[in-house]
Amino acid sequence: MVEVVDERRRAGGEQLHARWVRISHWILTVSVLTLAFTGFVILMAHPRLYWGEVGNDLTPALIELPISRNYQHGGWDAARPFYQNVAGPVSASRTYDIFNQNGWGRSLHFLAAWWLVLPGAVYLLGGIVGGHFRSHIWPQPREVAPRLVWHDVVDHLHLRIPPASGGPRYGLIQKLAYSLVVFGLAPLMVVTGLAMSPAVTAALPFLLIVFGGYQSARTIHFVTFVALLLFVFVHVVMVIKSGFRSQIRAMTVGGLR
Amino acid sequence: MKTSGLITRRQVIVAGLASVGGLVLARYPKNLPPTYGNLLRMGDTLTYAAHRGLLPHQSLVREYSHSDITSFPATGTTNPGVTEKSPLGETYRQLHSGEFGAWRLSVEGRVATPRTFSLAELKQLPSRTQITRHTCEEGWTAIGRWTGVPLCRVLDAVGIQPSARFVVFHSYDDWVDCIDLVDALHPQTLLAYGMNGRDLPIAHGAPVRLRVERQLGYKSMKYVRSIIVADEFDDGGKKGNIQNGWAWYTGI
Repeated sequence: MVEVVDERRRAGGEQLHARWVRISHWILTVSVLTLAFTGFVILMAHPRLYWGEVGNDLTPALIELPISRNYQHGGWDAARPFYQNVAGPVSASRTYDIFNQNGWGRSLHFLAAWWLVLPGAVYLLGGIVGGHFRSHIWPQPREVAPRLVWHDVVDHLHLRIPPASGGPRYGLIQKLAYSLVVFGLAPLMVVTGLAMSPAVTAALPFLLIVFGGYQSARTIHFVTFVALLLFVFVHVVMVIKSGFRSQIRAMTVGGLR
Repeated sequence: MKTSGLITRRQVIVAGLASVGGLVLARYPKNLPPTYGNLLRMGDTLTYAAHRGLLPHQSLVREYSHSDITSFPATGTTNPGVTEKSPLGETYRQLHSGEFGAWRLSVEGRVATPRTFSLAELKQLPSRTQITRHTCEEGWTAIGRWTGVPLCRVLDAVGIQPSARFVVFHSYDDWVDCIDLVDALHPQTLLAYGMNGRDLPIAHGAPVRLRVERQLGYKSMKYVRSIIVADEFDDGGKKGNIQNGWAWYTGI
């Protein structure tokens, strides 16, 4: 296996990032950044979040985000009730030309999603079969002792970050963060994304049931995006604190110097 | 290493992938939309092929109860008689003032008996009422009750030819769009003339709009004028989604 060959290639006794890990890392980096950017552009077209199946400009929002000129624009003509009961559902038409770049925004989002899902699946399969997750990413049971966790938390709070090792010798919080992203947030992002597809949910209706509806899935998709953004920010800070040049070198060409 | 007589994990994976791949390829659509070398449109096509290859063709979208009906924005064109500059706008105005008594839907192309339908004739065909969720590309949703004739009933009435692959729609706001036969023959695909128990309002596409429930809202064309059954893909040129920078398939 590729993994075995790379594991034997050591510099000063340190294990280096395997080639397939380095390739996956940068493909996924580009797709995640593209997804984040286009996702934000898509959200700008309708910067309102809801819970349940339904939400639109004529129903109350959970949160409204001031991220585009569509924020609280109020550009709707007089509401026309559908029924005798004027307090019931209404219709109205727009009097306002909204910001909407979804023509390219959505298609680029889904193109990037293919570059997340397919290489991501190869990465997951490789990580499970080759033992990468077991040996490097998933914390060992003996590591998760409360004393060790606390020690690592204090070190991070003081920004005492060990220098780059050039390979997958990860700290405890680092392992926990990577596990949360790889096995939690990233899959949740994909699944909530699919829960917004009318064709996919026609075939797999349980997706709407588990998330409580289309708009709930959309809101969870957004909250997970914020969590991932936070991860990327901390990840980049850690890379800088532990030696930016050597970390970038270790994750591109491999090796330390 | 001796592997004879043993089934290795690799062999199982390869055989599994090969058989899944064969199944997917057999269901893969033969006629794909043009991409004009645009990377984004290639991504759309990949999504379309994956949906057609992997998802069941007959699955129904969720239907809701009467109490789930919500407020429903009317976006896009809300009255072609006012906004449409081509002669179609004037025609629509006249049809509207005559309460669509003179409205005729022509169904032609690769069919056995091309003909037109008046609104009354459409209403004589078996009808279907469904309460479904409208999902707009902008990100909002709304639930409405639609009454109309399943498109497959209309296509049955004219008899589509075996070579037909797409159904093309023209509208009074001068838009052209098409759907494949998987969506055209789907039981929830309607030519809807009623909304929430009344005649379809002007702002929502009167007298007849399309409902394509497994795609986003903009595939459910409003103000339908004519239907053409075709062998080949028709992107509608400058009046269609692709050349205006939008995905043709919007199941996602």
